[in-house]
Amino acid sequence: METQTIAQEVSEAAATAKPQAVELSGSAALLEALIVEGVDTIFGYPGGAIMPIYDALYDYNEKLNHILVRHEQGGIHAGQGYARTSGKVGVVFATSGPGATNLITGLADAQIDSTPLVCITGQVFAHLLGTDAFQETDVINITTPVTKWNYQVTDATEIPEVIAKAFYIARSGRPGPVLIDITKNAQIQKFDYEGYVKCNHIRSYRPKPIVRHQYVEEAAKLINEAKKPFIIWGQGVLLGSAEQEFKTFVEKSGIPAAWTILGAGAIPTNHPQNVGMLGMHGNYGPNVLTNDCDVLIAIGMRFDDRVTGRLDKYAKQAKVIHLDIDPAEIDKNVQTTVPVWGDCKETLPALTKLIDEKQHTEWLTTFNEYTQKEVDAVINEELNPGTGEMTMGEVVKQLNEITKGEAVIVSDVGQHQMVACRYAKFNNTRSNVTSGGLGTMGFALPAAIGAKFGAQDKDVVAIIGDGGFQMTLQELGTIMQSKVNVKIIILNNRFLGMVRQWQELFNERRYSFVDIQSPDFVTVAKGYGIAGKSISERDDLVSSLQEMLNHDGSFLLEVMVRKENNVFPMVPQGCSVSEIRLK
Amino acid sequence: MEPLKQEYNITVYTENQIGLLNRIAIIFTRRKINIDSLNTSPSEIESIHRFNIVITESEEVVRKLTRQIEKQVEVLKVYYHTNADVVWQELALYKMSTDVIAEKVSVERLLRENGARAVVIRKDYTVFEATGHREETDNLIKILQPYGLIEFVRSARVAIIKDSEGFNRKLREFERLEPGEEVAENEYLNQGQKVFTM
Repeated sequence: METQTIAQEVSEAAATAKPQAVELSGSAALLEALIVEGVDTIFGYPGGAIMPIYDALYDYNEKLNHILVRHEQGGIHAGQGYARTSGKVGVVFATSGPGATNLITGLADAQIDSTPLVCITGQVFAHLLGTDAFQETDVINITTPVTKWNYQVTDATEIPEVIAKAFYIARSGRPGPVLIDITKNAQIQKFDYEGYVKCNHIRSYRPKPIVRHQYVEEAAKLINEAKKPFIIWGQGVLLGSAEQEFKTFVEKSGIPAAWTILGAGAIPTNHPQNVGMLGMHGNYGPNVLTNDCDVLIAIGMRFDDRVTGRLDKYAKQAKVIHLDIDPAEIDKNVQTTVPVWGDCKETLPALTKLIDEKQHTEWLTTFNEYTQKEVDAVINEELNPGTGEMTMGEVVKQLNEITKGEAVIVSDVGQHQMVACRYAKFNNTRSNVTSGGLGTMGFALPAAIGAKFGAQDKDVVAIIGDGGFQMTLQELGTIMQSKVNVKIIILNNRFLGMVRQWQELFNERRYSFVDIQSPDFVTVAKGYGIAGKSISERDDLVSSLQEMLNHDGSFLLEVMVRKENNVFPMVPQGCSVSEIRLK
Repeated sequence: MEPLKQEYNITVYTENQIGLLNRIAIIFTRRKINIDSLNTSPSEIESIHRFNIVITESEEVVRKLTRQIEKQVEVLKVYYHTNADVVWQELALYKMSTDVIAEKVSVERLLRENGARAVVIRKDYTVFEATGHREETDNLIKILQPYGLIEFVRSARVAIIKDSEGFNRKLREFERLEPGEEVAENEYLNQGQKVFTM
């Protein structure tokens, strides 16, 4: 009975006798709702307008683990990291005004990367709305473009229904962030709480389109007739928990398959049909051969410009099959020949049933030939430089050797992100956490905190650049206080590397404000009671990585890497994917 | 070659929700598309609101926009139509000096010829009303201007879809947990395209 919630008691009471209401405050009703929704962790930061909720939380400490972050942006990125590794909805608390505006970057990131979040913000008393009250800001209007749904609660009686809607909307269909703004009076107000009913239907909202079998059949026909079919997949496979269905489809079809960075890990890196990464810094073969395949099968991906390069020269020769849960994605960027709408958990098995079992050996060999060219021109030097300063690639390679591809890799944004995504091995799904669409520097450190709470049994390794780390390093305080066991690797090239690379290649080496100085990161970590080490010699790399992973608790390892190394291959902006450069 | 732009009438059936107007409006503004006319009103069904939005764009742009609008949680359904597919009206009010009207008989004749009627007649001013298509209400401005048009205002466009049986049946489907195939998807969004229907 100890673990029973008030909601359960109420619903039991309702089952045995006539409905019995319990008097609760809006704040308590909110926390009851979270418990019924299966929330175990909240990332948040208190403040004036959310104080009643924090006061109620004081009594729910046993059931809800609240992690006090150091900045609301850190809180929401942690929520994102949690959602990405656990597959559950991330929950974030922030106060009104600056607390709420600090969430914006994370909301925009979660919106573009389809990450399910429920953010609760406090708001000034309803009677003060629109009076420029202390810490009042128009959160609903500010967050409208970057939320899947948002709603302002001004009366406590609305709370159970609104929270139920919030969770349903956040996690169903194409997931996304939801923000609920609750005025202080509604948090305090007592009302007759009659239990919490989960939401499973909203009449104006259709989370997933009905699967049209006509198109599944047309798609299967195209696939069966194809000589050089090519699968490109994205995060939709993970979001739909359709990894197994996807693997079965890939294996029966015998078709080579490449991934967007958010799709990484749906099938293991070393799967024989996994031909690598798409996009600007993706692998050579997948980019070039996109413009050579005859049928392009896009699954749960949205043809981002970083993936397609120049659109009017993208896969023009191919018939395009697009599987997506979001109808607005069909024909948005790339004209589809056959759209297979729906949840890929349903559409993939339907398609698998209709396709012939095949092997595209020759076509796969073509991919492998391109891989070999890339190994010779780029990969070998990046992973095994032998002499000179260390490269980012060799750090990731050595990390792979130790973790065996079992770790969750959280990367920030920039050169190191591309290197991490290109070279990290992923045996498991939901193990590549990175800011894909928004490209948010400062994402990794807080996201790693959340990622660890979402995947407690895994090693979580954050790979961060010296620039991005300085954007959110205050979250070392969260790691310290909540004893979060995350391993932090700073790949320090003493530059804002990606911008520098562009300036080198396209702006005649006019290095405009990319030369960034850093503090002594190990000393900073020490200040937070976090063990750390800085290395610049290759001979220390393996032992230091080992030491980091073996360390009981969080650890910061700074690796000094080559200052002016470039990430290749590269599809320069405005170029076609087949114009990818190896140097 | 630039794709052909023309006026499109976008009809949006929605829940009555504070903030939804903004959520819909920013879909246009984010893409720097000007809204020529926007009207919100009740619909044939109690509690369901109806937006009439007019923009001048290519069909491809309009189709993409309507999908983005329909994606919003509180939007039930979106349709788009050319002017030929709808019956539409706009209301205009014109304020004139009563002295001028009284003196110049021709003004009265012009008003009558243009289907305008007086709403208010006072000693100092008279307000006329005209309903019709934009060209018609625009034309009346030109006609009245020489006589001293004091004030002019025109309402947003309201439009009825010629080929529509209303929203009642669809709404009943939406209220079911598993809506039927035929109403759930937006056949209008892909009319004329053999490739697929929504």
